[in-house]
Amino acid sequence: MEKWIRLRVCAIFIHCLLLLEAKLKIEGTAGDVLEDDPVGRLKVFVYVLPSKYNEDMIKKDPRCLSHMFAAEVFMHRFLLTSPVRTLDPEKADWFYVPIYPTCDLTKEGLPLPFRSPKMMRSAIQEIASNWPYWNRTEGADHFFVVPHDFGACFHYQEEIAIERGILPLLQRATLVQTFGQKNHVCLKDGSIVIPPYASPQRMHAHLLPPDIPRSIFIYFRGLLHDGINDPEGCQYARGARASLWLNFKNNPIFDISTEHPTTYYEDMQRAIFCLCPLGWAPWSPRLVETVIFGCIPVIIADNIVLPFADAIPWEDIAVFVAEKDIPKLDTILTTIPAEVILRKQKLLANPSMKQAMSFSQPSKPGDAFHQILNGLARKLPHDSSVYLKPGEKVLNWTAGPVTDLYPW
Amino acid sequence: MKQSEPQHPNRRASNAAAAAGAFRSSSAVEGVAALDGAALKYPGFLFSPAVHVLCCLLSAAAGFRFSRLIFLLFFSPSPPSSLLNHYNVPFLRQAPAAVLPPPSPIAPSSRVVVGRHGIRVRPWPHPDPAELGRANEILARVQQEQRLQYGVKDPRPVLVVTPTYARTFQALHLTGLAHSLMLVPYPITWLVVEAGGPSNQTAALLARSRLHVIHLPFHEKMPVLWSDRHRFEARMRLHALRLIREQRLEGLVLFADDSNVHSTELFDEIQILEWMGALSIGMLSHSAATDTEPRRQQRETDKENSPLPIQGPACNSSGHLIGWHTFNSLPLGHNDATFVGDGATGLPIKLEWAGFVLNSRLLWKDAEGKPDWVRDLDEVGIGGEEMESPLDLLKDASFVEPIGDCGKKVLLWWLRAEARYDSKFPTGWVIDPSPEIVVPAKQTPLAQAPPDIPIKKTASDEVHVEERVSKKGRSSRSKRNSCNKKKHEQHAEAKCQTS
Repeated sequence: MEKWIRLRVCAIFIHCLLLLEAKLKIEGTAGDVLEDDPVGRLKVFVYVLPSKYNEDMIKKDPRCLSHMFAAEVFMHRFLLTSPVRTLDPEKADWFYVPIYPTCDLTKEGLPLPFRSPKMMRSAIQEIASNWPYWNRTEGADHFFVVPHDFGACFHYQEEIAIERGILPLLQRATLVQTFGQKNHVCLKDGSIVIPPYASPQRMHAHLLPPDIPRSIFIYFRGLLHDGINDPEGCQYARGARASLWLNFKNNPIFDISTEHPTTYYEDMQRAIFCLCPLGWAPWSPRLVETVIFGCIPVIIADNIVLPFADAIPWEDIAVFVAEKDIPKLDTILTTIPAEVILRKQKLLANPSMKQAMSFSQPSKPGDAFHQILNGLARKLPHDSSVYLKPGEKVLNWTAGPVTDLYPW
Repeated sequence: MKQSEPQHPNRRASNAAAAAGAFRSSSAVEGVAALDGAALKYPGFLFSPAVHVLCCLLSAAAGFRFSRLIFLLFFSPSPPSSLLNHYNVPFLRQAPAAVLPPPSPIAPSSRVVVGRHGIRVRPWPHPDPAELGRANEILARVQQEQRLQYGVKDPRPVLVVTPTYARTFQALHLTGLAHSLMLVPYPITWLVVEAGGPSNQTAALLARSRLHVIHLPFHEKMPVLWSDRHRFEARMRLHALRLIREQRLEGLVLFADDSNVHSTELFDEIQILEWMGALSIGMLSHSAATDTEPRRQQRETDKENSPLPIQGPACNSSGHLIGWHTFNSLPLGHNDATFVGDGATGLPIKLEWAGFVLNSRLLWKDAEGKPDWVRDLDEVGIGGEEMESPLDLLKDASFVEPIGDCGKKVLLWWLRAEARYDSKFPTGWVIDPSPEIVVPAKQTPLAQAPPDIPIKKTASDEVHVEERVSKKGRSSRSKRNSCNKKKHEQHAEAKCQTS
């Protein structure tokens, strides 16, 4: 009898261990919220703006649908058909302004931020004059998607972006942006940091079967020296990328180069660590690609705020290396115990993790659109300070550089 | 906009830094502005310009600017920001640009500063062997985990049958095969059949592989003609198959000839085998110079043939076996009198043994589930009947399973390369004791007669030697050019650190 009891206890114990081992849950600081369903938790009203703010820009340049700033376009399209959309603004918790400020592209496809502040101002004037909801809260229950380099600072050069600061009219609104850095002007409290857009179809077209052995230790492909904008090499990436190259170009465990091979996605799936150093801005679509392909991201960007940081436990998944520790990067990465690496890979293999970083079309539950809505839902109910007393004015419509006040 | 306030000193200084470009061009005005804005805690406004003038004079005298360095070291607020740059170049050049705008006292200490930064390079940026070892261990562990998760569940052991005999190239071929087998993650039993009886050389090579080896002697000498050799090898393999049958060894039987090249994917692909499988082999044998044809004609016939002849199963579009791709040796001037060791590589027969894999249960006397389209091993090979290929074991060849994506993947390369008949090699490839006096030979050992067959000497041998020499000269020249190029690159990269 005793033997049977002992056997049974052992069996139950082993079973529990296996269950715990199998359930590698992804829990961020907000808890296990990656699989939350936002439908029913919030209502979003989508303003109808004249097409010169949105559709016309796409017609002028369809590259806006595939570059890394395309989140603004796809968020609009998602909200138009989403069940959280309400056509009655009185019932809405959040108001969305469909404007594509990053769609003004140069010949090479880089967005020009010079007209974006004027465009934003003009759009806000439009909604403030046609609907009463902006003036009711001065934009505190409105959200905007601003996926540019430094968010709503609307400039690609960091010094000038810091100087400009966030557009004064957006001071009270919630900003959904890709840029995130602690104690930085261009990230205000309450912003939602999202991943940049990377085409899910393109990435899925290059998926390899998971039994292909991972044989590259550290992988990186990207610009290491920006010869056009920073020929001396002392400013780009705060010297981090140049340091990587000079320290590790002869190191056989590092596979880093500037060439862009056709097998870029396949190579990422054969690598254990993929470096994600900062460039001119700390964020890059490389992080999204790394997560989708199961390569452990090595984040080299001091004080960066990663997307959906309250829902995704980045410390458990990624490896963070300070910029000053780049010369010791090889030691750092080779002394990580193998069990930790295997655990990180298991967390990355979790499909909810990959889903949360992609803007899938059509939208699937748990994808980036839903995470944005979850983030907005977590900020509800609105604080009473959001609603202004009649006659109270907080925003200064004439603040900011003089050129911003010109009509768009 | 309260966050914009602390930006002012940074903004001014960083703008100045960005606008300046080279530090040598920054003027005294900028220096004073930075000093003022940086909230350095020293008294009086007259003191700073006076010291500055003094430093300027001293710099002019000494030949390099050190004012900023001194101020940074002696007067900067504590602690200097963590972005102080380390330079591995000794302090010979102009003052290192360790100038970052000192952090504003209001901002928290974790602030990351915009502006010029140096590039940190450690003094010895070369890999450390212990680290490489650790990285490889991590790679091995990750791949093992991948195999556990996504690879074959319940892997079956592999029985490798290899006919061999002691000769010059035996060490070359057997070592290569041993290394391939050592990389396979499944349990392996290596049945080595040696012609001419067991020899110490073979035993030594096999012992070094640390695999489970069954060394079977076959007491007949290996024949000299290629055509005889194929039949002889078949008999040797049958000998090994009979042992598998007697001892009822379990696993998948793979025919690995010692000179073939195997891909590690081969061992993964055969795990799904049920009874008998066929795979595609690439033939590496036809590009040899025969004694009869001159070289130019040889190259033309090469171009007419396909780039790499492949032997293996042929499938239709739905993945079913419909036939075989075999080797056609007619256009290559196959000479019946070719013997092993005349300098040419051997030619394969129609269907090589290496292209087939069997389940060992097919060979057992009574195995459960053994299909009825298989003949018993005892009926075959005895009484003068010869087995040319494992297909002779089957009554119906249509039950063979094609392996490797229906034969589209080439998993194995067939090669027969043997040394010249008069080649000599030291026993065990060890020169022991080492020779005390080494005298260069007066002539190459070409004079000896071959076994039984008369020599046909041609002018092609001398031509061959000359070509080899000229090729060597060319390669050494190109090496020198690449060295020069590397030096230029290093100069360009080192520029930013010292500016």
